[in-house]
Amino acid sequence: MPPSPDDTTSVYKPQRVSDSVLEVREVTKRFGGNVAVDALSLSVSRGVVAGLIGPNGAGKSTLFDLLAGVQTPTKGRIMLDALSIERTPAYRRARLGLGRTFQVARPFPALSVVENVMLGRHDQSGEAILPNWFTPRKVHRQERETLGKAMDLLRFVSLDRLATQPARVLSGGQRKLLEIARVMMGDPRVLLLDEPAAGVNPSLLDIIMDRIATINARGVTVFLIEHNMDLVTRLCSHVFVMAQGRLLCEGAPDTIARDPRVIEAYLGSAAA
Amino acid sequence: MLDLLGYAAFFGTTALTYAIMCLGLNVQWGQTGLFNVGIAGFAAIGAYTSAILTTPPTQAHLGGFALPIVAGLIGAAAAAGLASLLVGALTLRLRSDYLAITTFGVAVVVQLTCLNVQGVTGGPFGIGFIPRPFGGFADRPGAFAALQFLGMVVLTVALFLALERLAQSPWGRVLRAIREDETAAAALGKNATAYRLQAFALGGAVIGLGGALQAHAIGFIAPDNYLPALTFQIWTMLIIGGSGNNAGAIIGAVLIWGLWSGSGAALTAIFPPELQARAASLQVVAIGIILCAILVLRPRGLFGERTAVSRHVDGLETNPSTALAEQDSAPRAL
Repeated sequence: MPPSPDDTTSVYKPQRVSDSVLEVREVTKRFGGNVAVDALSLSVSRGVVAGLIGPNGAGKSTLFDLLAGVQTPTKGRIMLDALSIERTPAYRRARLGLGRTFQVARPFPALSVVENVMLGRHDQSGEAILPNWFTPRKVHRQERETLGKAMDLLRFVSLDRLATQPARVLSGGQRKLLEIARVMMGDPRVLLLDEPAAGVNPSLLDIIMDRIATINARGVTVFLIEHNMDLVTRLCSHVFVMAQGRLLCEGAPDTIARDPRVIEAYLGSAAA
Repeated sequence: MLDLLGYAAFFGTTALTYAIMCLGLNVQWGQTGLFNVGIAGFAAIGAYTSAILTTPPTQAHLGGFALPIVAGLIGAAAAAGLASLLVGALTLRLRSDYLAITTFGVAVVVQLTCLNVQGVTGGPFGIGFIPRPFGGFADRPGAFAALQFLGMVVLTVALFLALERLAQSPWGRVLRAIREDETAAAALGKNATAYRLQAFALGGAVIGLGGALQAHAIGFIAPDNYLPALTFQIWTMLIIGGSGNNAGAIIGAVLIWGLWSGSGAALTAIFPPELQARAASLQVVAIGIILCAILVLRPRGLFGERTAVSRHVDGLETNPSTALAEQDSAPRAL
């Protein structure tokens, strides 16, 4: 049931996508009297790079928190493939293949860059106490393997030369790259990127965009919040626009940019 | 001369029992950031458990069950570990301030229980005749003290190696990650609550083991041994030695116990008998001043924490100067 482009009814009907990897169904999040996300539904198709844009206060970050499990919705369901995950704790969602990065990058500052990345792996036997004492060889073997993969990922984001440095020495943009390497260590199916371009200098921005495209080309679905429209236009095949906790519209980036409702939401009714 | 050596051995044995408690606190605080202000309570649980299990049968308290010392020590670690697990599970999220209040309260409850539940703990009379290791040598005091000390050294080294292996393992890495940023660790699939509980229980078991070893080293325990002052001592030892560093925990313990005993001996020598009870508080003052000095001069303690965690990550070429020089420029394109 695709919406006609000149659909002018006030309540927006989301598009139904047959093969959705991540689906939000009628999700509401209230903070006291404030409704941050209001009965919102959307569906991210498998294998795409989808963008989420909207003016400040639209509820984008809250929606991401709900998806990642930092918050639980007041109402509604969130589906990862066929699994309903809205009550699943954040750590388990990560293990289910839902990776995320943060708006302000959160490396572990005292840990070395490479160990930041190594932490991203899920099935490490050495992360339990007893194997370290009773099957140390297995732990060691696995740890060397993890190290190898972590170094590959650091080369992928061009941070391999800083591998042994504590993560606190990294610049803002490098931290964003580190987070991408770290989350990729867990082989996610879906990657939530919260403003990957925020606070990144222009020379790093190209690298970040290129790496996101490469990750997507390897089969990972990417869903990102971004204010940088250049990035959204170049990377995303599908864009969702949020305003006041609701989905305003969705579609290809160039149609979205021309949509009067979007212009109105960003600039106020006078501009429309 | 033999007396002096005997005293040195006894001093060393006692110091190492503190060192073991300090290692336990290091797992909790140094590695995981869990603010346990109830060390004395967990040490008491260990000490009383082992004492009850190993003393000969008596009317004065529960048991004794006259079990071997090893069984007592295992029981002590298990009891203190379980108690920690329980306390940890009740304060489920183990947030710093709540955990501090809870553990302090638990320690007070444990101490008052020891004091008042006379049928189990002997009440204010404590528990005596706790078997001492290598008791067969009791008629040769020099050898007896030396063997006890050697036994403690072996145990401390074994425990140090076991904990050091954990600290440098993927497990230790997760603990540090959770300590630095729980939300980010959860985003990487780490169950922070489960890890905190593991660290708290393991640390608690080690503290209980230290308490039990101390009971066996001295041969007598009483509720007065487990006042908050003990907690304060262990904390001072860890902060001065270097929080997050197992070797620092041991050295800090030996150092502070040396200062504590040394200042005690000095006060006895300096002050006339009628003033000594009051002069004893100068010991606490001295330790407090040293603590302040360390916090000002070396806030990370004598031995700080290392950056790299995993012992499996070696052979990476490290060249800080070139790496740092490049940190502000854009990384190379592929």
